[in-house]
Amino acid sequence: MKICCLVKEVPDAAVQKRIDAGTKRLDRSGERTLNPFDTHGIEAAMQIREGGAVAVDEIVAVTMGPDTAVRALHKSVALGADRSLHLSDPALSGSDVCATGYALAKALETEQPDLVLLGQQSDDGECYTIGAVVADHLKMPSLTQVIKMDVSEGKLVCQRQAEYGYDTVEIALPAVISVGDAINEPRYPSLKAIMGAKKKPLDTKGTGDVGIDPSQVGEAGSKTQVLGINPPPPKQSGEIIEDEDTNETVEKIVAWLEERKLI
Amino acid sequence: MAPYEDKTEIQKDITEMVHQFVDEQIIPNAEHFDHEDTFPEAIVEQMKELGLFGVTIPEQYGGMGLDLTTYAMIVEELSRGWISISGVVNTHFIGSYLLMKFGTEEQQEYFLPKMATGEIRAAFSLSEPEVGSDVQGIKATAKRDPASGDWVLDGQKMWVTNGLGSGVVFVLMRTDPKADPPHRGMSCFITEKTPWVEQNEGAFAGLEVPPKIKKMGYKGVESTELIYSGYRCPEARILGGAEGIGRGFSQMMDALEVGRVNVAARGVGIAQRALELALRYSQERRTFGKPIAQHQAIQFKLADMATQIEAARLLTLKAARMKDAGVRSDLEAGMAKLLASETGKECVEQSFRIHGGYGYSKEYEVERLYRDAPLLLIGEGTSEIQRMVIGKKLLERNRI
Repeated sequence: MKICCLVKEVPDAAVQKRIDAGTKRLDRSGERTLNPFDTHGIEAAMQIREGGAVAVDEIVAVTMGPDTAVRALHKSVALGADRSLHLSDPALSGSDVCATGYALAKALETEQPDLVLLGQQSDDGECYTIGAVVADHLKMPSLTQVIKMDVSEGKLVCQRQAEYGYDTVEIALPAVISVGDAINEPRYPSLKAIMGAKKKPLDTKGTGDVGIDPSQVGEAGSKTQVLGINPPPPKQSGEIIEDEDTNETVEKIVAWLEERKLI
Repeated sequence: MAPYEDKTEIQKDITEMVHQFVDEQIIPNAEHFDHEDTFPEAIVEQMKELGLFGVTIPEQYGGMGLDLTTYAMIVEELSRGWISISGVVNTHFIGSYLLMKFGTEEQQEYFLPKMATGEIRAAFSLSEPEVGSDVQGIKATAKRDPASGDWVLDGQKMWVTNGLGSGVVFVLMRTDPKADPPHRGMSCFITEKTPWVEQNEGAFAGLEVPPKIKKMGYKGVESTELIYSGYRCPEARILGGAEGIGRGFSQMMDALEVGRVNVAARGVGIAQRALELALRYSQERRTFGKPIAQHQAIQFKLADMATQIEAARLLTLKAARMKDAGVRSDLEAGMAKLLASETGKECVEQSFRIHGGYGYSKEYEVERLYRDAPLLLIGEGTSEIQRMVIGKKLLERNRI
């Protein structure tokens, strides 16, 4: 079995995020790191390998991003991936979710994975959708927010977090699974793994190498366009109930909750 | 690496990992271990797996072969979490340094692989109940038994960090009481022992570890006495073998020089944490209608703390880099230790003041920091000793 883990380089959580007013894109000039959500995908791949239910031949970290994204790949390898694939091309700059998903799918086609894993969201764009777009292009089934996976030959039984509980779904491989952060606790890369990461194979590929149609990617190839950026509306101040008579207060709270059908 | 940057890519990757480990595993648990004064075994086991006991040990012995600079960066991160954790690593680091620099090939091959994995942990010991800074005054002695050729160790040692849990102690003994000056009559013995055992038996008989000393802070990691009475040590366990006889003092002083960089890094780490806590608390706590961080009195404290920390960090890195480059760095190491340990104490106090009454409460982390920071003013040479060393070196270098 070959597992590909989609990973992304994102601004470090400690960096104050800022939108560049000119480009209307996230200012990525500060310290960057591997998207923490994707570390759960890599850990999930490692646990499948170590679980022994199926033989995992290879775990490949795949990213699309500028030169600096190599660090995210190194970290992915330090966390357990065997090698990495870096899709990097100026033509890809400015791609929206659809274009990025298409480009990643083309890169994945060259790998022919049995399973694609990724974090449920990125720490910057937070679209939650890239897995589904990739799956659509690859014509593979897809699940999101998976928090438990049992793998056996040719299929997966997954538990996914739903609004009112958990869905248990059987899914045929190959498939694209985006995992929730409750699925596991990613391990820390050892010093040895960190030091060895730069020695593991890393392929850099451009759009032409993986058969990407240049008209489908980049800013021009994106189907969405950012027209304006506004801060979210300020949070409305809540209703304060003064506690004069506790029985009355409880009644008021219960009435408030019932009114909103919360109890 | 841009000229203004402190870290290489690898150093960034390593410190990022350690930082995350500290945030997730050490900081949330430090209060518990501090309160109970128990050894943080679960954390130490994880550190072994991560390779943190073999940072500077060469790759041929299973270590990482990293330099003092990278090690100091790791120590800063660990100390940001809890200085007791860096205390567990520190004596081990000194022990491996002594072996790497002065040990015979046999000694290196025997100890370093087990030390790189953390299978055995090392301690070192100079101080005695009546002797601290004045190392030349130690009384513990080792005498050669003419019958067996072994050395027999007798005497009492004090303030041994990891004194109970360690599997090997590098201990300074007087081997020639008539030597003049006295330091020429001292040797460093590699004394093996059974970890976590108070009364050693069998091959290690004659080494007793009395109950750990109760301390103000720096809890969790034990500081003990060691009582040697008739402990036998073959000549092959004198650091550097027979050639090491009479060289113990200078070997230990050399190790203390890297130890000073290590303590400096711990000062930077605890100061950094004190600043982080102050930055958070001062933006949450409100007085006179606004967060206290909006008062200039508090801002000045924050500004002074951050400035001192940056200066202490840079001086620490400079001393480490000089040592790595093989340049004489005793002056810089002393300065780094002095500045960083004082910065640690100063920043913790300022953070404590910013926390007001809550800083005095055990509910707040800064209370532990306030008890931990003073250790650094004492350990590995007091501030006063550092000033003496710095002053002496300055005059030596600027003689008229």
